[in-house]
Amino acid sequence: MSHALPSVQQIELIDADDSRLMEISREGVLSLNLAEMQAIQDYFRRLGRNPTDVELETLAQTWSEHCVHKTFRGVIEYCEGEHSELIDNLLKHTVMRVTNELSKPWCVSVFKDNAGIIEFDENYNLTFKVETHNHPSALEPYGGAGTGIGGVIRDTLGAGLGAKPILNTDVFCFGMPDMPYDEVPRGSLHPKRIFKGVVAGVRDYGNRMGIPTANGAILFDKRYTANPLVYCGNLGLIPIDRCEKHVCPGDKIVVVGGKTGRDGIHGATFSSLELDETSQDLGSAVQIGNPIVEKKVTDALMQARDRQLYRNITDCGAGGLSSAVGEMGEPVGARVHLKTVPLKYEGLAPWEIWLSEAQERMVLAVPSENLDELLHIFADEDVEATIIGEFTDTHKLQVYDEDQLLAELDMEFLHEGVPRITRKAVWSPPEHVEPDIPYPEDLGPALLDILRAPNVASKEWVIRQYDHEVQGASVLKPLQGIENDGPGDACIVTPVLGSHRGVIISNGLNPKYSDIDPYWMAASAIDEALRNVIAVGGNLERTALLDNFSWGNPDKPDRLGGFVRAAKACYDIARIYGTPFISGKDSLNNEYRDSVTGEQMAIPGTLLISAICVMEDVAHAVSMDAKHTGNWIYVLGNTHDELGGSHYYALHGFIGNRVPQVRAEEGKRTMQSLSTAISEGLVRACHDCSEGGIGVAAAEMAFAGGLGIEISLVDVPCADDMERNDRLLFSESNSRFLVEVTPEDRARFESLMRDVPCGCIGRVTEQPQLVVRGMDAEVVLSLPIARCKAAWQETFDW
Amino acid sequence: MKPKVLILRTAGTNCDYETAYAFELAGAVPERVHVNTFISRRRRLDEFQILVLPGGFSYGDDIAAGSLLANEIRHKLRDAMLAFVDAGKLVIGICNGFQVLVKTGLLPGRNTSQQQATLYLNDSARFECRWVYLKLETSPCVFTRDTADIIYLPVAHAEGKFTASSPVLDAVETQQQVVFRYVNADGSPAEYPANPNGSDHAIAGICDPTGRIFGMMPHPERYLSRLNHPRWTRQPLPDEGDGLSIFRNAVNYIRET
Repeated sequence: MSHALPSVQQIELIDADDSRLMEISREGVLSLNLAEMQAIQDYFRRLGRNPTDVELETLAQTWSEHCVHKTFRGVIEYCEGEHSELIDNLLKHTVMRVTNELSKPWCVSVFKDNAGIIEFDENYNLTFKVETHNHPSALEPYGGAGTGIGGVIRDTLGAGLGAKPILNTDVFCFGMPDMPYDEVPRGSLHPKRIFKGVVAGVRDYGNRMGIPTANGAILFDKRYTANPLVYCGNLGLIPIDRCEKHVCPGDKIVVVGGKTGRDGIHGATFSSLELDETSQDLGSAVQIGNPIVEKKVTDALMQARDRQLYRNITDCGAGGLSSAVGEMGEPVGARVHLKTVPLKYEGLAPWEIWLSEAQERMVLAVPSENLDELLHIFADEDVEATIIGEFTDTHKLQVYDEDQLLAELDMEFLHEGVPRITRKAVWSPPEHVEPDIPYPEDLGPALLDILRAPNVASKEWVIRQYDHEVQGASVLKPLQGIENDGPGDACIVTPVLGSHRGVIISNGLNPKYSDIDPYWMAASAIDEALRNVIAVGGNLERTALLDNFSWGNPDKPDRLGGFVRAAKACYDIARIYGTPFISGKDSLNNEYRDSVTGEQMAIPGTLLISAICVMEDVAHAVSMDAKHTGNWIYVLGNTHDELGGSHYYALHGFIGNRVPQVRAEEGKRTMQSLSTAISEGLVRACHDCSEGGIGVAAAEMAFAGGLGIEISLVDVPCADDMERNDRLLFSESNSRFLVEVTPEDRARFESLMRDVPCGCIGRVTEQPQLVVRGMDAEVVLSLPIARCKAAWQETFDW
Repeated sequence: MKPKVLILRTAGTNCDYETAYAFELAGAVPERVHVNTFISRRRRLDEFQILVLPGGFSYGDDIAAGSLLANEIRHKLRDAMLAFVDAGKLVIGICNGFQVLVKTGLLPGRNTSQQQATLYLNDSARFECRWVYLKLETSPCVFTRDTADIIYLPVAHAEGKFTASSPVLDAVETQQQVVFRYVNADGSPAEYPANPNGSDHAIAGICDPTGRIFGMMPHPERYLSRLNHPRWTRQPLPDEGDGLSIFRNAVNYIRET
């Protein structure tokens, strides 16, 4: 197919003054700052000509915050009270440093490919990647979320020479679902509409791709109203000899999959802006997804991969072809003929074709001798595959329309020319009101209120809309227990059918702790993700982490100060636990500005930690539901008087100041001992204590198992002087687990726990009642488990 | 001689790998082949003894679930398909494959010019993934000859409500074509969610009058091992999952004939 291209524009840049430079950036939604515009101006002054729109747009996409993470990799002048320091490349000094120092032999590829890659068994490796699709989901929840999951699946397809997608994990943060309509910010959608749209988008895309969605979380906070967060993750399985990629001059550039249209223009630069009421006008920035096209691409690609028909592959994500070809051709050079790109419809300007983020497209580097066979495979699967150019040895990125050169950029300038930015970051701890909560005689109402809280309540309504069984590999499901409806800590799949070797996927996040200290927020997220892995039978030795930061505007020193704190915790805590980061992303500028009142709203600094663990034998896995009357209930890990950011405080309208810390050395001992006990078969059920503390964990274990639990708080190990039953029951201290052990295994279990804070706090009972005794052996809570469960289920009984 | 099984796939098919694995476990030689291969006559259906229409979203379930693949079979593979059936071979459709068989007119009874029943949007009006109990009814179905009376399998669909006019339903009942009904764990008649979609007569699976064409909404290929059961961590179970017998019965039938 050929089409007439509307002509290319020259941009008057080399003679522009600074204010004109910024005008050009703003008018074109380029999201380039003055230093960057000046660097581009200098480059073209040296060339003695003005750039074309194609060139300027290419640079803007490639240099966008979304693509190069210039904040995380830039220079930060960080100030915390008296202490100040200059941080040159925060990413390298924190997250990546953990990985380098731990130097795990099973890490195959970290922080360079489209996904992190770790070893699985003697034939396969695993790829794992989580991304955000926040800005698009704010404008168009269904399409934004669908293309979010579609995009991260393409990261799997573009990892190494292409992995098979085997599991989705999705984590969302929304505004309060019951928000009054007149409080919804101008230009934003109601949180419930966003919630439903996002779930439907993930459901329809994930289910149609035939990939189980078996892990996730949903959190609510008013500050996510205008800036919802949509994290989409995908796990892939790849043969060990298909993890390396390269490109040779002469290889053909082949684009496969969807056609190119005007959808998703400026996605990368748009995500690098704050939102306001006019953002809806940028509707074309949201991509349009078609999962069946992506499924067909997957089917054809796996065949071409196994026949070794291409040398390199990457996905068309942010920046579209400009970014995919620019990235693959970086070491050699590339020449593209825009006229050959298959279009959905006529009339696209050259830069639009080049930048379009139209979905379901992958770019391959194919040696000439393999072209016929490759094109044949794609034709057989009814997938478009088109040669659009070739890799060269010019070290330039050249874009042609027929004989007309539309763009010619040095690869080195394109990839290395972006000026490093220096930003200021300041951290000063906030002071919240220290709560004074009257002591309640009966802790039952508080427990029911916490179970009902949207962050804690059952997400069964969502989970059942996702196919979590497809591919036939599910071993531990998201819903567990006697009625298949209790909240599992993590999911397990066995991707090689017939093998008992499994993969555990879990996540941790608790943005509420950011209100007190993002350092402990990040530390708690890591601890929670690891607790979830350990609780189902994993081990720290084979666990890796992903970091996904969603933050406010990094130009504001207070936002960036919190970001630095969180990154520092990533190093400190993961280093002690011995768990490397293998991939990560940051999404900044999650802020909303009310253009009438000028009011600025930023999301709470939010770090999602996703954990992946390889489990030798899934037959040792443990679920969270109480199993048998008469078994003992233990709590592992110390409870501290640190209810800052807790649900219990939130019930009373407080945040507090003592946020849960992570005592990682102690936590590590606890987790290692528990892993040993589980692998020896000594644990019948295990549930981590997180939001709502021991109270919520015990209630969930009991009602998931259809049995009662009676516990006594006097036996809970605690480090601080804790005198109040409510604080003991609802403290959200990290590194704690509730564990069910049979009377026969009690002695062996206790001997394994000799170096770990461990208390035998009660038993599983026939009587379906949750009973909690206080410090003086008095009953402080007694509730039928059916009432607990009803409270937990009623919030999202939609 | 191991029976040859065709896992017929197309754009949007997605349960093909695990269905192939189930047939391997059952002692057959499965092959996943794209429908285009047969439409272009590069290969022939009669190379195989068992034809499987696996689960998924064929062509995105555009128009209605299974509709486009059913049309493709009716218009482009009709003769080959009928010859395959008339040769005494076996056809099974699982989930989307069941939807295809109904929309092709091969189920409940052969009528390739007019569809007699359908699998309609669930009463809950949304996609649902959950485990269900199935009661095995007396039927000529060869796929369930030694299947247990009550089995447990997952469903995952948005359009699974079996519905037809009263005369068609009556005929299906009197000719003993109902293979599986949704029930409670104790075998008693089920209502939502045990009947996950509101099917007429709680029908989960039917066969044609010969018993050699079989369609079901639940996924037997997803419960092959004890470790796939949602409650294997809390109750004793046989190592083999309930789903496997359906594949083994098919393989044994071909071996015997």
